[in-house]
Amino acid sequence: MTDVWVDGNELAGPLRELFDVDVTVARGRCVGCGREGMVAEAIVFDRAPGLVARCPGCNSVLLRMVRGPGRAWLDLRGVTCLEFALPDTP
Amino acid sequence: MARTAILGRLIWRVATVAEIREETDAARTLVLDVPEWPGHVAGQHVDVRLTAEDGYSTQRSFSIASAPDSSTLELMVQRIEDGEVSPYLAGVASPGDRFELRGPVGGYFTWQTADPAPVLLVAGGSGIVPLMCMIRTRAAESSRVPFRLVYSVRGPSAAVYATELARRVRDDKGLDVAYVYTRAVPDGWPRPPGRLDAVRLGEAGWPAQFEPSCYVCGPTGFVEAAADLLVAAGNAPERVKTERFGPSGG
Repeated sequence: MTDVWVDGNELAGPLRELFDVDVTVARGRCVGCGREGMVAEAIVFDRAPGLVARCPGCNSVLLRMVRGPGRAWLDLRGVTCLEFALPDTP
Repeated sequence: MARTAILGRLIWRVATVAEIREETDAARTLVLDVPEWPGHVAGQHVDVRLTAEDGYSTQRSFSIASAPDSSTLELMVQRIEDGEVSPYLAGVASPGDRFELRGPVGGYFTWQTADPAPVLLVAGGSGIVPLMCMIRTRAAESSRVPFRLVYSVRGPSAAVYATELARRVRDDKGLDVAYVYTRAVPDGWPRPPGRLDAVRLGEAGWPAQFEPSCYVCGPTGFVEAAADLLVAAGNAPERVKTERFGPSGG
C-alpha cells in the first residue's frame, strides 16, 4: 500500500479551533455519492500543507482545512449538510 | 448518534515529562504532568505540538493510554515511526522536558462506561493504545461490561502492555485477551504465524447476535481488513468504530 492516510478522528483538534462542538461526531452527506456518515469516518490525508478529507464511499473531497499563521481556511465543498446531536438551550 | 456537547475553548497546555517507561524494544510510554488537565473519555486523543527555536512548529495526534482517574497522562510512542514529532518523543524526550499539548479531543472512537453492550477491541500493533485506555477505564470504574481484546502483533516481543494485560486477565473479571501473531509465535503456540482472519475473530470475539460495540484501531490496512471481517460476520457497520493511524505497524 503506497497511499498514506488516516481518518476523520484526526480532524477533531484542528476543527475544535473553529467550532465549539466536536464536528467529528456530526453526520454528513457526500455531495459526490450521497453516502451518509460521521465526519470521523472520512479518509484523511495529512501529509500536505493542510488536511484533506475524502469520502470513504467515492473518494470525493469532502472538506479541506489549512491552518496558517494567524488564520485558517475551511473548504466544505463536498458536504451537503451536517447534522449535530445538540442539547436544547435551557 | 453520539452526544454533542458545547466544549469550550481548546487551548495548548504545557506538558512536562515526569517519567519514561520502556515498553518493548520499539516503544516507550511517556508519563506526563499536565496542570489542570480537564479529564477525558476512554479512546480520546491529544494533539502534540513541537516548536523549534526559529518558530517552525509541527504537530501530531496521539491516543491517550491512561485512565481518566490517573493524576498523570500517558502516551505511547513507537521508535520506528517517521515524521517530525514521533522520533523526538520516542528517542530524545527525557524527564523534565516540556512540550505543548491540547485536548482531549475526538468523540467518535470513545467508550462510555454507561454503555452496557459487550465490547470487542481489535488492536493492530500500537493500535492497542486507545483500547488499553478503555481496559484501564473499565477497571478504574469497576465496570462489569464484558470485554474481549484481540491483539495482533508481529511477535511476542512486540506486544506492548503484555505483562499488564496478563495481570488484568487474572484480576479484572470479565476481560479476555487473545493474541494473533503475524510473524513469530511463542514456543508451543498451537498455530503458525498468520494474519487475523474470520475464524480467529469468530473464536476470540463475540457473536454478532450479542450486538457488541466493536473498536478497531491500528495501521490503515489492518483496520480496513478487520472492520470488513466484522461487518461480514454480521455486525452492523455503525457498531464497528475505527481509528487509523497511517501505514506500517503491527
